Amino acid sequence: MLEIKNLHARIVDDGTEIIRGLNLTVKAGEVAAIMGPNGSGKSTLSYILAGREDYEVTEGDILYNGRSILEMDPAERATSGIFLAFQYPMEIPGVATMEFLKVAMNEQRKARGEEPLKIPEFLKRVKEAAASLSMDMAMLKRPLNVGFSGGEKKRAEILQMKLLEPKLCVLDETDSGLDIDALKIVSDGVNALRAPDRAFLVITHYQRLLEHIVPDSVHVLYRGQVIKSGDKSLALDLEANGYAGVIGEAA
Amino acid sequence: MNMHTQPQRTPAETALIDAFGDRLSLLPGDGAVMLKRDDAIEAIKHGLPTRRVESWHYTDLRRLLSVVPDFDPAAMAKAIAPIVEGSAVLPVLNGKSDAKVPAIEGVAVQCLSEKLIDGSIAPGLDPYGSDDAIGALNTAFVADGYFVDIADGAELEKPIELQNVQAGGQTHVRLAVRVGAGAKAVIVERQAGDGAALVSSVSQLVLGEGAEVTWLIVQEQPDTATHLAQFKAHIGKNAKLTLFVMNAGGKLVRQEVMVKTTGEGADFKLRGINLLAGDTHSDVTMVLDHAVPHTTSTEVIRNVVTGKARGVFQGRINVHQYAQKTNAKMACNTLLLSDDGEFSTKPELEIFADDVVCGHGATVTEIDHDHLFYLMARGVDEKSARGLLVKAFVAEVIEELDDETIVEALEARLDEWFVTHG
Repeated sequence: MLEIKNLHARIVDDGTEIIRGLNLTVKAGEVAAIMGPNGSGKSTLSYILAGREDYEVTEGDILYNGRSILEMDPAERATSGIFLAFQYPMEIPGVATMEFLKVAMNEQRKARGEEPLKIPEFLKRVKEAAASLSMDMAMLKRPLNVGFSGGEKKRAEILQMKLLEPKLCVLDETDSGLDIDALKIVSDGVNALRAPDRAFLVITHYQRLLEHIVPDSVHVLYRGQVIKSGDKSLALDLEANGYAGVIGEAA
Repeated sequence: MNMHTQPQRTPAETALIDAFGDRLSLLPGDGAVMLKRDDAIEAIKHGLPTRRVESWHYTDLRRLLSVVPDFDPAAMAKAIAPIVEGSAVLPVLNGKSDAKVPAIEGVAVQCLSEKLIDGSIAPGLDPYGSDDAIGALNTAFVADGYFVDIADGAELEKPIELQNVQAGGQTHVRLAVRVGAGAKAVIVERQAGDGAALVSSVSQLVLGEGAEVTWLIVQEQPDTATHLAQFKAHIGKNAKLTLFVMNAGGKLVRQEVMVKTTGEGADFKLRGINLLAGDTHSDVTMVLDHAVPHTTSTEVIRNVVTGKARGVFQGRINVHQYAQKTNAKMACNTLLLSDDGEFSTKPELEIFADDVVCGHGATVTEIDHDHLFYLMARGVDEKSARGLLVKAFVAEVIEELDDETIVEALEARLDEWFVTHG
């Protein structure tokens, strides 16, 4: 489903190269975990997948279902089924959450050639999704993410993911800022979406999240490259021994 | 007004002076009113204000008012649907008010021409300070409008919508409203039309003790019209006034707001949105006098500037010497969406009391790229995402009004503007 080939990318503003020859393949139905120390390029990778303009790909390619996405803008990527759950979701004053959800869901439907949702059906879906994430509907009456706590923002991201039904879900440190109960709710939300035709790229610092969202593969990112890949036992090994060993092997 | 001797009258000045001569016999008013008219046209004979007059520095009326159309008594204007369904509509069509207006419980309505004929409105025709070009223009030519008297304790269920609809030519209208003690009302001042008109419109409002009024100015003139307007209010003891100004049209627009707190506990809120497009010039100029102790005010103006539009906000807060414990805050935020647009902000605080809290701030920004990315990352295309963010920027001010019916009505006007200019 996702094939990243020899990807090199830098920050547009100052030219700093962050991704330096990254290779990664994620199959449909697979949950791939990306781990790595601070500054290894994990969040950058998620932004590049989503199409953020602050980064520039200088070499290599990203294929999604066999097609390069490099020329697609963030909206085109999103409507083709790529979803990024932000590490720090933006607060957008003045944009009503419900209005935004309706617009976003209908954009997805338009891209799939479907009719816009009728209001009752839209409300039903939002209510169901919110209930499954123990979210109060009152929260959704506020402007987008405004005044949400860190944990509420993460839940709101997963709520959007549920409603937009993407095919490739990129979760950028979704566990950060969550207490144990919230982590469980969010993980259950993600697990409920696991499907043979849907893939996940789960970016995290800690093994903790992977106890709840059990990955099929684990990849260690360091200095903009995948330096080691393995199964879920690799995450346990990292938790026990830290990154130093793996980095040492690769050096 | 402007005491500089002008070397030569502009065509607009000449047209105004000639029109006064032609119209004189048609203008209603007793001796006192006619004296005010004479004074007013004298002020215009001294010349329209230029950028050398401080309060007109950013709106050089002498230069910008290039054409003054003739009066067109035959032009037909039609009343329009009110922004809030079920409102009591008081229409002024092509400068003439309707003698048969709907009866509203607790409210007495009179055509302004009657108040001019009996002279009872004469004291209200005095100019505001020495540079009051709009007041002078209106006083010289005003022929009609409404006088609305809301009884003590009346609580109006539905808004009153004062409609000033032009059909070209010139219209000079005055809308005077007195709100009795403890009364509550929502008043919509609608400024619209379809002609290349010169409009002057002066609104006067007096709030009795404990009265609460929300006054919405919705200005949607065509981009061929010149709209010169004034809103003057006195806020009595413990009375509350929320003034919302939406400027969404006009070729040359100046909306002046002159407000004075006259009783302790008075509260004033000004919320304004300026939606500026095309090759237009719009100016909102406020002078607020905190004249007694313990009064409060907040002013928030949001501007969206596209195309070659030019905008101005001048906000002056005077805190008089005895007006201790005044609390006043003013903010003016601009979203600049084009390289050719411009916005000038001039906040002024003049404080003679020593125990007050006053502040002001101004920002000019572009669309936040992080916000844009977030919305696009959810599949919203760039144009729609920008639209959502621009609308959000101004909708925030509307939503503060905290009255669902009004918020919806104003957002509908906002959507209308975005459909035409998005």
